[in-house]
Amino acid sequence: MLKIDRRLITSFDWITFSIVVFICIIGILTIYSATRPPLDEGEQPPFYVKQLIWLTIAIVFLFIFVTFDYLKLKNFWLIFYITGILLLVLVLFIGKTAMGAKRWINLGFFSFQPSEIFKIIFIISISAFLENKNSPLSVKDTLKTLFIFGIIPFVLIVKQPDLGTALLILSITFIMIIYKGLQIRLLLLFLSVFLISIFFLWEILWEGLREYQRNRLIAFIDPTIDPKGIGYNVMQSVITVGSGGFLGKGFLQGTQGPLKFLPERHTDFIFPIFAEEWGFVGCLFLLTLYFIIFMRCFQTSTIAKDNFGKFLSLGFTSVFILYFFINIGMTLGIMPVVGIPLPFMSYGGTTLLANFIGIALVINVRMRRFELFYP
Amino acid sequence: MKVKDYIFVAVVCVIFIIILLRLWQLQILNTEKYKKLAEQNRIRIIKIPAPRGIIYDRNGIPLVENIPSFAALISPEYTDKVDVNLLAKILNISVEDLQKKFKRKSESIYMPIRIKENLTFKEIAMLEARRSEIPGLIIETEIKRHYPFGPATAHLLGYLGKITEQQIRTNPQYKNLPSYFLVGQTGLEKTFDAKLLGVPGEKIIEVDALGRELRLIKESPPIKGEDIYLTIDALLQESAYKAFEGYSGAFVALKPDTGEILALLSSPSFDPNIFVEGGSDSYWNELLNNSRTPLLNRAIQGLYAPGSTFKIITALAALEEGLITPEKNLVNCAGGINFGKWSFGCWKKEGHGPVNLAKALIESCDVYFYELGRILGIGKIYKYATLLGLGSPTGFSSEEKPGLVPNEEWKRNVKKTSWFLGDTFNTSIGQGFLKVTPLQMANIMATLVNGGIKVTPYIIRNTSPQREYLNLNPKNLEIIKNILSGVVNEPNGTAAGARSYIIKFGGKTGTVQVVSKKIKEKISYKNIEHHAWFIGFAPVEKPEIVFAVIVEHGGSGGAVAAPLAKNILEGYILKKRQLNVKN
Repeated sequence: MLKIDRRLITSFDWITFSIVVFICIIGILTIYSATRPPLDEGEQPPFYVKQLIWLTIAIVFLFIFVTFDYLKLKNFWLIFYITGILLLVLVLFIGKTAMGAKRWINLGFFSFQPSEIFKIIFIISISAFLENKNSPLSVKDTLKTLFIFGIIPFVLIVKQPDLGTALLILSITFIMIIYKGLQIRLLLLFLSVFLISIFFLWEILWEGLREYQRNRLIAFIDPTIDPKGIGYNVMQSVITVGSGGFLGKGFLQGTQGPLKFLPERHTDFIFPIFAEEWGFVGCLFLLTLYFIIFMRCFQTSTIAKDNFGKFLSLGFTSVFILYFFINIGMTLGIMPVVGIPLPFMSYGGTTLLANFIGIALVINVRMRRFELFYP
Repeated sequence: MKVKDYIFVAVVCVIFIIILLRLWQLQILNTEKYKKLAEQNRIRIIKIPAPRGIIYDRNGIPLVENIPSFAALISPEYTDKVDVNLLAKILNISVEDLQKKFKRKSESIYMPIRIKENLTFKEIAMLEARRSEIPGLIIETEIKRHYPFGPATAHLLGYLGKITEQQIRTNPQYKNLPSYFLVGQTGLEKTFDAKLLGVPGEKIIEVDALGRELRLIKESPPIKGEDIYLTIDALLQESAYKAFEGYSGAFVALKPDTGEILALLSSPSFDPNIFVEGGSDSYWNELLNNSRTPLLNRAIQGLYAPGSTFKIITALAALEEGLITPEKNLVNCAGGINFGKWSFGCWKKEGHGPVNLAKALIESCDVYFYELGRILGIGKIYKYATLLGLGSPTGFSSEEKPGLVPNEEWKRNVKKTSWFLGDTFNTSIGQGFLKVTPLQMANIMATLVNGGIKVTPYIIRNTSPQREYLNLNPKNLEIIKNILSGVVNEPNGTAAGARSYIIKFGGKTGTVQVVSKKIKEKISYKNIEHHAWFIGFAPVEKPEIVFAVIVEHGGSGGAVAAPLAKNILEGYILKKRQLNVKN
């Protein structure tokens, strides 16, 4: 039986926990509205019920992941990371193909996305890896980090292909390196390499993109080119958000989702459904909730008792913020369409679970920011 | 907190500000635009044509009716699931045509595609039986126009056609009408389209992204168009149509005291019901390319020289001006006169001998009227011809041709030459530059039997008649009228062969030279036969009907046009009696 310090319970971050659960409930209501009958009668059980079940499971996982000391994870990082990489390799061979991408591993009774699990493993591992390095990082360490945690997973995930997640992993690696401390000359080098590669490799990159990825970029630059084709998602998303107005159409009064004008309305495009029904006021409220979570998670990283906890919280905070910004930005037509869900709101079990484990680890760090009295 | 932490928080804040600004732009600044777009997404307005008004004749016989018809449509989302070969076979159309229709789609990508109209009951039964192999099939009930008298009323009633883009642009009543709507394109269907059209119904429905209709938001039923009651007598019209079989020409009949149009026929005609059936491009081309121009409404648009029928006007002018007395033998007809180097012949080469007014009209002596023309001068002839309504439309329809009455000024301006006495001679016997429509000639007959009251012909019942007093001496009109009875009823009258024992009618024949005799001898061709005229009234004692008959290239008025008039009148009367006996 685990011994639980009373101080642990009192320092459990109830505020973050309740806001996250609250956002999830908003998400479930929005999923209900987006897929409400009569058009989606076919799906049994309905999406919102499934999501509710996943939320329950996720909350259980959250409590499991706060019971042990996060510092214990540090010792297993290498095993975790090798397992994670192996999963990514595995998915390329035995992965289930859906919509032109191999992202799922089917275990018979359920299927999961290894890249979601890898995200957690990745943040734990890079945090553990960076903890004892000198600050700022030496050139050698910088390149090592970049290669092990940036390039390898990037290549593997791009192969699936899942450009969104791959870029996210790369971005987090950069953020962590910069946070750990990057030598100015290296920073300049990276910047110039980045700019030059964009300049010279644009053609190669463009050719390397898949048809649908190219279309998404074209649609992002000008959605009106073909409103029924590639730009359709963006156009409809912007219409959905805009038609909400100041106060919104009211709960269950939205038309764009239930009538299926907006594709992916319960997953990637959940935010427009919410924006249509609750308007600018509702969006302001929702954004405030997200802002509080982000700030509290980030605060955790600044008050963590050790570097591992600090990087752990920072990593997850960055993941949440990047997902949030890319997803909302895409629904508002200010970012290209990348299939990235909105944390805590979009339908999807694995993602919800992964995000809850992330939040659990951040809360774990926050709970144990004081040195405890017993080993 | 370290500098890096502040930067991190600042970046997050910037992200939130960007999102908020964008939300502000979409949801507050431009929300109206997006609300409208969202509504356009889900709302579809379907216009339902209203049943058009019925057109009745003066006795309540429908000249056009609405009958139900069935059309086959396919929902666009099923076009790739339909058994194309089967559908093409049932509907008896080629597979390529069908696939072309599928490819073209309709105006909206969600609108069902029309495959075939006017399905037969056999086709409907076969479609229903194989419905499972033709998913997305819709059989729609529509209302079609049907013209029971077919070609007999074709020019009069006109026909419907799909609304053109220009019509939508120019006519405010057609604004917002979809392009599959049918509106009147010619004839009365066009003239009275505003009344007949009615108010289209509207169905506002909610659709999903696939175009499936989810629910009816609002429905306003169509309001049937107004019925129209005509002055036309269907029996007379039909009788005329039958009499004209094989002839090109026109027949116009008026009620003289009011100007009601009893019949308005143009021959050859066409069958408007074939237009209704749709898919009649070949028929349409045949009509357009037909050298006998079946689409021309000769009754109001055909322009002909009036020939000897014009002599009524010349005679009236001379009487009104007091230049002649009816009994006086004005000329001694020797078969023609010489004028300078020109000779002007009478149609009767052996001559008429001494001729007075009665003999001149009854036997249609040209020489007598040359003399009248000489005495009157073109100015007086012009005065009375225009007074009686020649040279300008009667006021019945905007599609009418005005015709032409020449005078010195006209010849100077248009032909750039001066007026010769020969021109006066030609005009006084209805030849030369004169151009009239059958309707105008019938109207002159009306004025004659009305005692000088000119009426404006009209076709809608319950129109108040428009009468104009021409200040003509009723005595003179009576003299001419009595003489015209002799044209038919006296043994030496030019139309004596058309005398009827069922109805006593009078009138004047006319034979219009199409080409001069010299040319006629050189070529033998059907179209150089004379045009035959007969304008008249019946019954003689108290005229109830006046009429004009023209038969193009028919031959002489007495031999062709007058008997045709007789046939029309007798056919009408017999048919009417037959119906009365039945009732």
